[in-house]
Amino acid sequence: MKKIHLIFALLLTITFVMAQEKGSVLIKSGTVLTVTNGTLEDTDVLIRDGKISKIGKGLSAPSGAKTIDATGMFVMPGIIDAHSHLALDAVNEATNPVTAEVWVGDALDPLDVGIYQALAGGVTSAHAMHGSANAIGGQCETVKFRYGEIDPEKMRMAGAPRTIKFALGENPTRVHGSGNGIQPRTRMGVEHVIRSSFQKAKEYMKAWDTYNAKKNDKRFKGKAPAYDLRLETLADILRGNIIIHCHSYRADEIYMLMQVCKDFGIERLVFQHVNEGFKVAPELAKFGAGASVFADWWAYKFEVYYSTAYNAAILTKNGVTTSINSDSGELIRHLYHEAAKSQKYGGLSDDEALSLITINPAKQLGIADRVGSLEEGKEGDVAIFKNHPLSIYAIPMLTVVDGVVRFDRENDPADMRLYPDPEEKIDVTFWEAEDHDRCMANTEFLFTDK
Amino acid sequence: MIKNIKNIMTVLLVTIAGVVFGQIPSAETGTFALTNATIETITKGTIQNGTVVITDGKIAEVGSSVSIPQGAKTIDCSGMTIYPGMIDGGTQVGLIEVSSDPRTRDNNEIGDVIPHIQALTAVNPSSVIHPVTRVNGVTTVLTMPSGGLFPGTAALINLHGYTPDQMYAGFKGAVLNFPATGRRGRWDRRSDEDIKKAAEKALKQLNEVWTKAVQFHKIDSASGGKDQPYYPEMEALLPVVRGEMKLLVNVNSANDIKAAIKWIEENGVDAVLCGASEGWRVADEIAKAGIPVITGPVLSNPTRDYDRYDRPYANAGALQKAGVKVAIRTNEVENARNLPYHAGFAAAYGMGKEEALKAVTIVPAEIFGVSDKYGSIEKGKVANLFVTTGDPFETKTQVKYVFIEGWNIPMTSRHTQLYEEYLNRAPGVEK
Repeated sequence: MKKIHLIFALLLTITFVMAQEKGSVLIKSGTVLTVTNGTLEDTDVLIRDGKISKIGKGLSAPSGAKTIDATGMFVMPGIIDAHSHLALDAVNEATNPVTAEVWVGDALDPLDVGIYQALAGGVTSAHAMHGSANAIGGQCETVKFRYGEIDPEKMRMAGAPRTIKFALGENPTRVHGSGNGIQPRTRMGVEHVIRSSFQKAKEYMKAWDTYNAKKNDKRFKGKAPAYDLRLETLADILRGNIIIHCHSYRADEIYMLMQVCKDFGIERLVFQHVNEGFKVAPELAKFGAGASVFADWWAYKFEVYYSTAYNAAILTKNGVTTSINSDSGELIRHLYHEAAKSQKYGGLSDDEALSLITINPAKQLGIADRVGSLEEGKEGDVAIFKNHPLSIYAIPMLTVVDGVVRFDRENDPADMRLYPDPEEKIDVTFWEAEDHDRCMANTEFLFTDK
Repeated sequence: MIKNIKNIMTVLLVTIAGVVFGQIPSAETGTFALTNATIETITKGTIQNGTVVITDGKIAEVGSSVSIPQGAKTIDCSGMTIYPGMIDGGTQVGLIEVSSDPRTRDNNEIGDVIPHIQALTAVNPSSVIHPVTRVNGVTTVLTMPSGGLFPGTAALINLHGYTPDQMYAGFKGAVLNFPATGRRGRWDRRSDEDIKKAAEKALKQLNEVWTKAVQFHKIDSASGGKDQPYYPEMEALLPVVRGEMKLLVNVNSANDIKAAIKWIEENGVDAVLCGASEGWRVADEIAKAGIPVITGPVLSNPTRDYDRYDRPYANAGALQKAGVKVAIRTNEVENARNLPYHAGFAAAYGMGKEEALKAVTIVPAEIFGVSDKYGSIEKGKVANLFVTTGDPFETKTQVKYVFIEGWNIPMTSRHTQLYEEYLNRAPGVEK
């Protein structure tokens, strides 16, 4: 009898926890910016158990669902950042030019208050990336900003495709060539590091394929090849199981990686930052590679000196799937404004501009069937704005993740830390700007001159 | 006729050469009439369907019934709005080209007490960043040296000209990095004890330097400036001690702002608080002291993890509402062009459009003591202005014309040039 009680209590707890992660909410009478299906005036969006169950007029809330009056407000899909380092305890495993075996998913930090600050900018999902110290860096994690949950597991967007960070140009050559005196010191070396790694992975894959084909044969006397997580990961790239997200700036290095990928039959490729992507936009479009760019960051290092804020517009007009990312705990707070810059620089339409921070990053992360637009059946990730999100006067009011309100401008307290440090004595005042890209976090010790 | 064709050919050739080599075409001077415009004068309201006449680098006429002088080049501004050029109250524009490359950084000289080091000296008139910044309507910036306690003297510059003197906009101010008691960033791993000690040491040093400067002033006054030893740092502080030059005090955390106010009042310094990211915490104290503030970047993270997420956006408005004279800065280099967006966020989060617009025009001009020349569209002022398709803070608004000291600035920058060249790249994939 006692046992039954216990099980019942346990079940209740589980239901309660589940209910916290997936919610039901009815958003009434907003201007709904679906992104993929135009703008719907005075329309309701019903989210049931974490999914968008209905978009229409005059919907009523199921019992227990919260109702949000969005009259006069704009309702858009939750913003997706294809390049972030929030919610991570560690960013760079800067110990080798190739570290495909490591995974930032092992270092998730759900307590990062930056997650809340991003939610307050309408962001619901992000690509938590390894840094750019290595030519082939670690694997990344696509996360949902379920701020309030303290279990790192609950940050993951379960089922999202695997991704890995690559990096070209100044960062890997600075860390390894100039810093450690090993390849790569030049962009030539970067190509070789990547090519030779793929070649090794190909041979590793072949050795395993041969072994697996023969191992059940009684006459077979050989041993299994040594298991190697680094090569196994690279082999998974060759198998098409992992999307490459490559930190890159200059046109030549972008072109180089496309050639390497062609040679190894790799098709799933997204370039990150890709400041000179506009110079090889036709090639990117032909390859089918994505481009995830800054709206207007440039000149903070030499390889971005020949940049243009018209990058997103040129790429979009050339047919490249383009997103605008943050790579920063600050920019992520106003990606809607960053997207609007594509209207100043290149005159993109509202839907094109909004796509840069919704459906396009979703495509680049392989999650466009689940998020990135307001469509029935998709996950209940929504950002609600006072004033149009592309206006400078836009103010994010509510952010909903899986049907759960995670940010509410009118009702949230000022202090949103989950775990204050009781030891902290001096008032911490951060007033010096962060480095331009967080990609080099955890490598500061390598340089006297940042 | 033949001569005309020749002229046309020359112009064409020059234009083509400019495009091929990616050069920015020269600006044009003369008498201009900007007609049929909405004019936001800032200080004297809005003029509908008005005209601005520019002659000899100055605003010669403003109004709705202005006669256009003979030979003036007329620019029809129907449907457009004219604003005074925006002034960024704190940048390092001109001193830094590529921030990661020490060879292109001239902002940070060696030495703790070097107020005689002049930012204006190292302003690079050919910086690629100037055209990128000015085509967004930012015509004037304060460029500041950084580093130790007294890192040098900042200068106000217009973003057009071929020598630093041609760019100079008539204001210089000595910079003081007020001793900070907080942590400077996440990377600052000093112990609490070390931070406290460092701050005390810096404050002691500041007081020593100041005492010396006051003494130097007394000797200098007594001797009529004759037979003084060569003491450049003290010479540079002389006008500050005498109240003839402003002291630009970089200070951010609440406690430091309070300490700075106390120091400023005790020493009777004509000061401006720069940064003041936690100004909202002590807004009333600042207002009471009557010290103006140049705050920013507005687009930044809260200074403390437990602060409300929108404090940086709301800071300028909170200060202004408390009665503080507030200008807005970007504290940027290559993206000082985003000044209107910093102001726009401040406007949206409590400051309101009108005050935010003042915070990037007339208010910084007043703080720098150049409001007789800059900051509004008034007869007799320097012709620094820009013409837009609408609200200058709105992201999608296009800037159509920019005038700096009456020069009609080409609306070209590296960014527009790369756009022109690569939008429809030829050859495409196949050569």
